Amino acid sequence: MPSKLIEKTMRVNRLPHIWCPGCGHGILMRDVAQAIENCGLDPDKVVIVSGIGCSSRAAGYMNYNTLHTTHGRAIAFATGVKLANPELNVIVITGDGDATAIGGNHLIHACRRNIDLTVIVFNNNIYGMTGGQYSPTTPHGEKGTTAPYGNIDYNFDIPQLAQAAGATFTGRCTAYHAQQAIKLIEAGIKHHGFSLIEGLSVCPTYYGRKNKKGDSVKMLSWQKDNAVDVKAAAKMTPEQLEGKILIGELSRVDNKEEYTDMYMKIIEKVGGDK
Amino acid sequence: MAKRFQLLQGNEACVEGAIAAGMRFYAGYPITPSTEIAERSALRLPQVGGKFIQMEDEIGGIAAALGASVAGLKAMTATSGPGFSLKQENIGYAAIAEIPIVIVDVQREGPSTGLPTSPSQGDLMQSKWGTHGDHPVIVISPSSVQECYTECVRAFNMAERFRVPVIFLMDEIIGHLREGCELIPPEELTISNRRIDRNFNGTLAYAVQEGNYVPEYAPFGEGDKFNVTGLFHDLDGFPTNDNNITDSQERRLLDKIRMRRDRIEKWEEFDCDDCETMIICFGGTARAVHGAIEDAKEMDFVKLGMFRPITVWPFPEEALLKIIKDNKHLRQIIVAEHNDGQMLLEVQRVVEGRVPVDFLGKIDGTTITPSEVIEKVKEVY
Amino acid sequence: MENNKKLVINPKWCKGCGICAEFCPKDVLKIVHNKVQIVNDEACIKCGLCELRCPDYAIYIEKEGE
Repeated sequence: MPSKLIEKTMRVNRLPHIWCPGCGHGILMRDVAQAIENCGLDPDKVVIVSGIGCSSRAAGYMNYNTLHTTHGRAIAFATGVKLANPELNVIVITGDGDATAIGGNHLIHACRRNIDLTVIVFNNNIYGMTGGQYSPTTPHGEKGTTAPYGNIDYNFDIPQLAQAAGATFTGRCTAYHAQQAIKLIEAGIKHHGFSLIEGLSVCPTYYGRKNKKGDSVKMLSWQKDNAVDVKAAAKMTPEQLEGKILIGELSRVDNKEEYTDMYMKIIEKVGGDK
Repeated sequence: MAKRFQLLQGNEACVEGAIAAGMRFYAGYPITPSTEIAERSALRLPQVGGKFIQMEDEIGGIAAALGASVAGLKAMTATSGPGFSLKQENIGYAAIAEIPIVIVDVQREGPSTGLPTSPSQGDLMQSKWGTHGDHPVIVISPSSVQECYTECVRAFNMAERFRVPVIFLMDEIIGHLREGCELIPPEELTISNRRIDRNFNGTLAYAVQEGNYVPEYAPFGEGDKFNVTGLFHDLDGFPTNDNNITDSQERRLLDKIRMRRDRIEKWEEFDCDDCETMIICFGGTARAVHGAIEDAKEMDFVKLGMFRPITVWPFPEEALLKIIKDNKHLRQIIVAEHNDGQMLLEVQRVVEGRVPVDFLGKIDGTTITPSEVIEKVKEVY
Repeated sequence: MENNKKLVINPKWCKGCGICAEFCPKDVLKIVHNKVQIVNDEACIKCGLCELRCPDYAIYIEKEGE
């Protein structure tokens, strides 16, 4: 017997999920479900689109219209769903590899279009499903099975990337700070335009073990000690912020017109609405 | 009201046919020689309340079109060789998830960038085998501007009825050819729409109802919620590793086409009853073959005939075998195509040596001419 | 304490990661044989942090009468 929230928002007969013990994805998936509930959305009008990878298995567990697509393409599929029927609330759950490596092009262009999607990137800093290869968010110098001598790539800052590409709402949350994460995702869903939220997950099985970060508890403790809310950070010195990660709403633009709204105006203008 | 008869390019007629069939969503990426399809879709779709989006790449084009189809709109994307290669993975996704979609490939010459503005039919095998794994696909190839219109309607009907990706395999000859085209209004056409069951009980989205052979799940937002995945799935739409379920689902996917070839196959026979040499061709090549047949009549030459698959996959093999059986004058078959012998392989497989099969192919970016067909007939007669 | 709330465990879903026990502000929980157990129910303040951080939805606060 699960909690009321889980019973309402998840496909309980599909649980327990396939994620490893201590995986942060389960926490983040709950945050998304709670945020959808808090927004009061009609579950029949919610679409969850995902790609491929550990993160993207979330779609199958969530009791909405769910579209588990091909690797990297979740945002492109979601763009089609949203433009076809703008009254649907379209939420994308993707991973660091899915969204910023193989799907990086779709990510930046969806940001640019300002189409009303809420994209939540479950970032575990590694390719988990294939067993621990370095991803675009594996920190420089860290290890993966394909970086046995240390990763010489430099990593993406996903919200910064999205903001630069034109996303009108960006934010970051962690698996540890669940309450703040729910509020942030809620704000992202309510934002009428493209929202990008990076959810810092933990992967104790591959990233943690490969880089001697300890178990899930240790990795979450690191989040607890090193995440600083963006509002608190405004009052801190650069020295105090050294090595810290910012969480909360990182950027927001409210006066940029949304894509499907603009398209509907074209239809109206050329008489296609008759 | 648009004029019923218009002078159109094949690419333009394809869009008009698609809209008549009910296309209300197009997503794609510009590529020669298919770009006019995107351009006309951008112009025309909002006029009928439809949506057009130019995506960031070819893969995004098919992905967005599939998303729109899941949301209930009839969707199309168009491309040429390089883009067709890029779209392949998601063609397989459409096949396993049973999402109706029409993918237009206006073929151009060569592998890679090749000759972007030159005609070819080199994607015939790719149109059947391009994506990985065993999968169902229907491929239709028009050989006139009028057929770009009417056969595109049929492509949508097949996609909707069978919930499969349908490849509309054009070539540069037909795509850029201008001819008179009758824009037959939808009410005078047969239009199929996917069957929809809005209340399939949530758990059995992929169950096949009595009297049907494909699932009937409703568009997102319009019926019971369900899961769509590219993983092998059970009747409930959720992933499974069960070998028995995998086997039955894979066989159902393949059989829904294989067992209903009679409703899918279409071909043209021209003087096939009593010809001595029969040319087999498809798409734009048929133009030259028709010319050669007319020329031959004036020249007191060998009696020629033409067999032209319009549905190229599945290949209309029973029809071809019947001609071979019934036509006692038939001495020779020549397969003419703008490639290195792709339909040739299929014809050889079907004919099994009953009649000698020869080949006329061209891969230099120019078109086969009627006189080249005549020369080939002379050479092998 | 809020008496109309109850801490509930679903041992079938518990994978024994220990997150709930570690971050419980009142040391109410313990992992025993790879499953979470309530070892100090008296101390529980029903804050719900365990529920928020359980990746497996194996522990939650139930409001009685709901």
